[in-house]
Amino acid sequence: MSTQLTRPPAGARAAEDGNGRSERRLPTWVPWAVFGAAAAIAFGIEALTDFTVVLAVIYTIVLGVVANYALSRSVEGRRRATDRLVTSVVTCAFAIAMVPLVSLVWEVVSRGARRLDGEFFNSSLVGIIGEGGGAYHAIMGTLIITLLTTLISVPIGLMTAIYLVEYARGRLKRSITFFVDVMTGIPSIVAGLFAYALFALFFGPGVRLGIMGAVALSVLMIPVVVRSAEEVLKLVPNELREASYALGVPKWRTIVKVVIPTAIAGLGTGVTLAIARVVGETAPLLVTVGITNATNVDPFDGRMATLPVYAYYQLTQPGVPPENAIDRAWTAALLLIALVMGLNVVARLISRFFAPKTGR
Amino acid sequence: MAKRIDCSDVNIYYGNFLAVEGVTISIEPRSITALIGPSGCGKSTFLRTLNRMHEVIPGARVEGKVVMDGQDLYGSDADPVTVRRQVGMVFQRPNPFPTMSIYENVAAGLRLNGTRTKKAEMDELVESSLRGANLWEEVKDRLDRPGSSLSGGQQQRLCIARAIAIEPDVLLMDEPCSALDPISTLAIEDLMAELKERYTIVIVTHNMQQAARVSESTGFFNLNGIGQPGRLIEFNPTEKIFSNPDQKATEDYISGRFG
Repeated sequence: MSTQLTRPPAGARAAEDGNGRSERRLPTWVPWAVFGAAAAIAFGIEALTDFTVVLAVIYTIVLGVVANYALSRSVEGRRRATDRLVTSVVTCAFAIAMVPLVSLVWEVVSRGARRLDGEFFNSSLVGIIGEGGGAYHAIMGTLIITLLTTLISVPIGLMTAIYLVEYARGRLKRSITFFVDVMTGIPSIVAGLFAYALFALFFGPGVRLGIMGAVALSVLMIPVVVRSAEEVLKLVPNELREASYALGVPKWRTIVKVVIPTAIAGLGTGVTLAIARVVGETAPLLVTVGITNATNVDPFDGRMATLPVYAYYQLTQPGVPPENAIDRAWTAALLLIALVMGLNVVARLISRFFAPKTGR
Repeated sequence: MAKRIDCSDVNIYYGNFLAVEGVTISIEPRSITALIGPSGCGKSTFLRTLNRMHEVIPGARVEGKVVMDGQDLYGSDADPVTVRRQVGMVFQRPNPFPTMSIYENVAAGLRLNGTRTKKAEMDELVESSLRGANLWEEVKDRLDRPGSSLSGGQQQRLCIARAIAIEPDVLLMDEPCSALDPISTLAIEDLMAELKERYTIVIVTHNMQQAARVSESTGFFNLNGIGQPGRLIEFNPTEKIFSNPDQKATEDYISGRFG
């Protein structure tokens, strides 16, 4: 019995197990060597015919995975071969998923950095034809409209979530949850058209206001806030609510003073991520806010510029020569990505600093 | 301060399911009443009706009369929030508020209710409550640390301090020692013996030795079968229950010949 429990010493390629069968292992460098060989063959074939990198990479992956499996199967046996097969497939899937991400970030950063200067942050597009100009008006517009959206969505979303978790039950709760789920899936252009139709009733057709954009984005943001806040509130242990009730604390005070403080980290994270979700929306702003070249910081008066719409127009209507406007579009895109990334960092900081401390 | 509780013909429901049937019991002031019985027989459910915590669960309701010193707890003029300020409760698992310090946990009963109290008075109340729960000496130097930084037994005593800080008339304890080691259990039992000078204590326990050690009276709950409502089988002084019970079922249960 004791021989069965002792493992072969590390580094041994072959060892007798308790049943007398030998167990052979491939050294750790072998799979990599196989992939290297596969790459050499694939790129060789491609170099002889008309060369395409994508095709060569695909050949490498397929060839490497198959060769590894076959080699491992003949040396190590079926179980280890399956293990290696799945490991290679999972690793390749991960690498494929990273390709567009890395490529996108690289492209945006390298092209956007060209116009990442003081003028871009300081000036609008008034009187700019060709070189120079900036996105000051679009940055201000995005900040103002996002702030308004947050002011509208967060109270409504949080209170809906509190209602769903603490008060609603039965059919009403199920139907609200269902419709919130449906709202999460609304195409963003529909939200924009909704806001446009709503305001057109009061101000006539063709109206463009910053506040319309905020309403349209709220339609998209409220369900996101509701869902994330609901999940977080559900995580607050019922024992804490009962402890509070047992002290003679009314339900509303329990919610305000016990449930929300306990969940504040998650709520802050959820709200921040919801903001990140809507800050880059283009379509609804296109139909509700429009675009302008001048700075307009009054969301109740006329068109405003926003970063996504700014990038869209700089790219689609660049003027002559087009290079300058296209550079500005890339920088606006870089700024948007930086904004979203910043919001994600903020969300992480919130969840770290506001989490209940155990203090052990 | 300590008050007596008289229950007559109490039926407790979860929705349409009758969980506990026909409990008639008189709980004496300044004494410890223990409730024992197998799991699922309705001891905890009955305990939670004494401070109207039962109705927190959706669909749960209570029939019958629960009278505390002449005041009907389920009368139309009784407010559950007021009832819970008079009848404190300690739960099975220690549940200090994780966002609050030790000090704030004890002060929670007053703070959460929005009562304005001077700093000095609050300090005094926190100290006396922690002393009452035998915890003061252990935590007096770290009152601003989170309540969850304490050990399990200390957390449970913190919860007792929190419950007695609002100066209730009755203290309900739902298996307060089941998550604790024997030493912490002993500390809590000593504490109960002190607290009964001032409060009416009702304790649910699975530990029959504990019931025999600490209580003056014991109620035995049982149920006839799964899906049947729980019943109060016998309610007598603890000595009688453990030496010469009236009912055969009680004797079977406490001597381990049950089921």
